Amino acid sequence: MTDTATDRREPTLPDGWELVCGLEVHVELSTATKLFCGCPNEFGSEPNTNVCPTCLGLPGSLPVMNADAVTSAMRLGRAINCTVKPSVMARKNYFYPDMPKDFQTSQYDQPTNENGWLDLPDGTRIEVERAHIEEDTGKSTHVGGDGRITSAEYSLIDYNRAGVPLLEIVSQPDIRTAEEAKAYVAELRGIVLALDVSDARMEEGSMRVDANVSVRPIGSDELRTRCEIKNINSLSSLGRAIVHEANRHVDLWTTGERPMQETRHWDEEAGRTRSGRSKEDAEDYRYFPEPDLTPLIPTAADLEAVDVSIPELPSAVRSRLADAAGVAPTEVSVLVDRGQAGFALDTIDAGADPTRVLVHLTNNLADGTGEMDPAAFAALVSMEVGGELSSTQTKEVLADMVVTGRTPDAVASEKGFEAMDTGELDGILDGLIADHPSEWERFCSGDDGDAKKMSGFFTGQIMKATRGQADGKVVAQLLNTRKP
Amino acid sequence: MSGVASPAAAGSVSDIANAVTNGERSAVSVVDAHLARIDDHEGAVHAFNLVTADAARATAAAIDERLAAGEDVGPLAGVPVAIKDNMCTRGVPTTCSSKILDGWRPPYDATVVERLASAGAIMVGKTNLDEFAMGSSTENSAFGPTHNPWQLDRVPGGSSGGSAAAVAAGFTPLSLGSDTGGSIRQPASLCGVVGVKPTYGAVSRYGLIAFGSSLDQIGPFTTTVADSALTMDVIGGHDPRDATSSTESFGSLVDVLDRGVDGLRVGLISEMTGGVIDGIAEDVLARVRAAAEALEAAGATVGEVSVPSSVYGLPAYYMVAPAEASSNLARFDGVRYGLRVDGPNTAAMHTASRTAGFGPEVKRRIMLGTYALSAGYRDAYYGSAQKVRTLITQDFDRAYADFDVLLAPSSPTTAFELGAKTADPLTMYLNDVCTIPSNLSGQPSMSVPFGVGDDGLPIGVQILAPLMGEPVMFQTAAVLENAQEDAS
Repeated sequence: MTDTATDRREPTLPDGWELVCGLEVHVELSTATKLFCGCPNEFGSEPNTNVCPTCLGLPGSLPVMNADAVTSAMRLGRAINCTVKPSVMARKNYFYPDMPKDFQTSQYDQPTNENGWLDLPDGTRIEVERAHIEEDTGKSTHVGGDGRITSAEYSLIDYNRAGVPLLEIVSQPDIRTAEEAKAYVAELRGIVLALDVSDARMEEGSMRVDANVSVRPIGSDELRTRCEIKNINSLSSLGRAIVHEANRHVDLWTTGERPMQETRHWDEEAGRTRSGRSKEDAEDYRYFPEPDLTPLIPTAADLEAVDVSIPELPSAVRSRLADAAGVAPTEVSVLVDRGQAGFALDTIDAGADPTRVLVHLTNNLADGTGEMDPAAFAALVSMEVGGELSSTQTKEVLADMVVTGRTPDAVASEKGFEAMDTGELDGILDGLIADHPSEWERFCSGDDGDAKKMSGFFTGQIMKATRGQADGKVVAQLLNTRKP
Repeated sequence: MSGVASPAAAGSVSDIANAVTNGERSAVSVVDAHLARIDDHEGAVHAFNLVTADAARATAAAIDERLAAGEDVGPLAGVPVAIKDNMCTRGVPTTCSSKILDGWRPPYDATVVERLASAGAIMVGKTNLDEFAMGSSTENSAFGPTHNPWQLDRVPGGSSGGSAAAVAAGFTPLSLGSDTGGSIRQPASLCGVVGVKPTYGAVSRYGLIAFGSSLDQIGPFTTTVADSALTMDVIGGHDPRDATSSTESFGSLVDVLDRGVDGLRVGLISEMTGGVIDGIAEDVLARVRAAAEALEAAGATVGEVSVPSSVYGLPAYYMVAPAEASSNLARFDGVRYGLRVDGPNTAAMHTASRTAGFGPEVKRRIMLGTYALSAGYRDAYYGSAQKVRTLITQDFDRAYADFDVLLAPSSPTTAFELGAKTADPLTMYLNDVCTIPSNLSGQPSMSVPFGVGDDGLPIGVQILAPLMGEPVMFQTAAVLENAQEDAS
C-alpha cells in the first residue's frame, strides 16, 4: 500500500502520532445446519434445543464438514479478492466451559482464503491477511453477583450456538483512522449481504468485530505493542473504542510508560476500554491438524462455480450509480449500503434528475421506498423539477406514494396541489406589500442580512396565504423581480 | 496357577447364527448358556466392567419372536457379543475404565454397536480396558486388571484385554476391541484368539471414545478367521457420520477365505525377525518362522523385506498418540458429564475433577502430548513424528511393491505376569513395537494364533497388508489357521 499516512491521519490523535489498526471480523454463516452436524443453525431457539452428540462434544462423537459452509467461505473469500487454497482444519486447544470439546475446530497455517484486499469507497485499499473457517462456541450466562463470571453464583450455558459456522476475516494492520475502520466493516457487511451468506447483524452477534490497536510516531514503520479490543457491538462503538484506545496509547507513550499487550473490553456506558486477560499469561493453543476431518481441496470446477456465483458487489454498484448520477462514489455509499442503489439507478434510467433522486432517497426514504415503484418516483421528481410541485408538496406526495403505491398525479390532484400561476402570486404579494410597507422597505434597501431576513418573511407569508402550495423557487424569483 | 480358557466353549459365530436362524436353538438359550459361563468364571477373569444380563435376555427374546414371525434377523442372529467399554452404548454406562466418566450413560450407540444389533447380535456386556485404551496389559483400569484366561496370574495384554479375555474364556464367541498401537493384536496374541485391526477408515469410529484419532480403529476378536471375516462384513463399510470413513469397499471377506496362498509373495519384516529390534523372544520368532514355512508349504513364496523406518515407529507413536489424546481428553472437564469435583472457580473445578478422575498413565500421556504440541517444541516433536509417519508409509509402500503380505510377531513375548512391567512405563511401551507401524501407516494387520511358546502360552503371528488389503490378509490368515489345526 502506498504511504498516504499524511492525509490518512486519525484526527483525534495529537500531532505526530499515527493509528495502526487491524480488524478481526467474525461472520456467522447462515447455513441451514451447523458446521459439523445436522442441528439447525438458528438464532433465538429455546436454550439447548438445537444440540446433538457432535455439537455437545460428547465422548465418541465426530464432526462431518458442512459443504455449504465451505462454499460460503470460498465465495466470501473470492469476493474480497483472496486466493482460495486447499485448506486444513486445525484444533485450537484451550479450556472454556462454553466450548464443549475444550478445543475449537478452526484453521491455522492452511486457511481457506489468503491474501485478499478490500477497497473502501474513497479508494483506500485495506489488505486482508486471511479469512478462515471455524466453529462458534456456546453462550454463558452468569447468574448472581454483578453478572460477571468472577462474582457469579453459578453459570448457565446454552449450546445452541456451539458449532455454528463462522468465517473470521483478518485484515492487515492497514487501517489508519477510526472512520476507515468503520468504512471497512460497513464495506465487508455490504459484501456479506450481497453474497447472502450471513445476515451480518452486529447487535445480534452474527457479525462481531475485534480491533487490534496500536500507535506509532508518524514516519515510523514499526509495529508497537497492540491491544485487542473486544465487546464492540456497533459501528459507532467501533469508532469510539478505537479513538479511545489509540489516545490511551499515546498518553502512555508520551508519559514514559508503555501499553501492555492484552485483551481489553469496550465499556459502552463508560466510553472506555477495560483490561481483560493479559496476553502474557495467555494460553498456548497447541494447534495441530484436526485428525477427524480430511483436508478441504477445492477442484477447478468448484472454484469456477464459486466465481460464477458472486453477484455484483457494493463497490461496482457504487461506481455504476456514481457514474449515472455524476457524483463521487462516496456520495452514494449510504444508498448502496442501504440496498437502494438499484432503485436509484432505475429511477435515473427512467429520466429523473439524478441530484433530486439522490437527495430524496438519502434524506426522505431512509426507511425504504415501500410500495412506490421507480417509474412513479421518476415522474414525481420530474413534476418537482418542472415546478409543478413545491418541494414541500413533493415530500408530502412522496410519503403518500411510499404507503399507497399510487402515481404522483393521482396523489397531487387528490391533495389539490396545483401549480400556482405567477399572476395569482403577484396579487398576493401586492396585498402583503400594502399590509407591511416598512418590511418591504427593509427588503428593498436594507443591508444584505436584513434583506435576507425580510425575504424570508415575505416567502413565509406567501406560503401561509397559499397553504404551502407555492413553489419556493418561484416565490424567490418573484421577490427578486419586484425588487426595484 | 491354572486357567479357565476355553475359546471353543462359546461356539463359533457362524454356528450360533445358523442354529438360531434355523430354529435349532433359541437366542434366549444361547444367551442363557453364555451368561452361565460368565457367572462361573468372570470372578476369576474380570473381563467385564458391566454384564448386561437382563437387557441381553430381553433382546434375545425379541429376536426369538421376530424369528417366529418369519423375519430375517440378520447374519449374526442370536450371537452374544462383548463390547469394549470405550464404545458408546445408548443408555448403558460407558466408562473407558476411568473414574472420570463416572455415571455417564451415552444418549447414542456407536455405529458398530448399531450395525451389530441390526445384524441380530446381542450385547452381553462392556469389557475392561486400560483406562482410555492407554496400556498393553489392562492393568491401567480404574476397576482393576483383567486376568489372562490361560493362566490367571498373567496379563491378557491390552488395551482391549477384557475383550480378548472374554473370547478366550468362552464368555462370548465375538467381541469388539479398538487398536491404536496394537490394542487388538497384542491381546489377541496373548489370549490365543484372532484379532483384526482393519485399514484406517474401513470401520466407522463414530461412537468410539477417541484416544489417538488418526490411529484408532475398531476390530473384532473371534476364535476363528471366518468369524472375524463375517463380523467385518457386518461392521465395515462407509459411515457418513465419520469423515475419515472410507468410501471404497474391499467387498465381502467371507467370500475370499478359500482362495489359498498359491503364488502369493510373503515378506518377513527383517527388522522384527532378525534382531534389529531388541527384546523379541526366541520362541515368538520361532513361531513366526514356522508360519512362513507353513505358507510356503501352501504355495506362497517367502522372502525377507526391510522396513527400515519401522524402528522409529515407537518414538513417533509416543509423540502422535499422546498429542492427539491430550486434545481428545480435554473435554473431560467436569462441566457437562462424568465426575465433578467442585472448586472455588471454574479452572479449579477443572483441575480438581481431572486430578481425581484420571489415572497415572492417562495423566502421563496428557502431559507428554501437551508438551509435544507446545509452542517452540511442536515442530521438533509432533512435526518430526509426522515425518517419521510418512517415511514408514513410504517404506511399507516399497515393501508392498515386492510382496503381497508381510509377516511379523504380534507381541514380543507371551503373556507376562501381572505387575511385571507396571513399574517401568518404557518396558510396557515396548510391547507394541511390532504393532505400532501399521497404525502409523493406516494399513490393516491382524493376529492369528499360531502355536504356543516355551511356557505353553499362546503366540500370535501378525499378518500385514497394504491399504484396503483386507482380502489378501484374510486369505493368508485362513491358510495359517488351517496349517495350525493340521499341526496340532
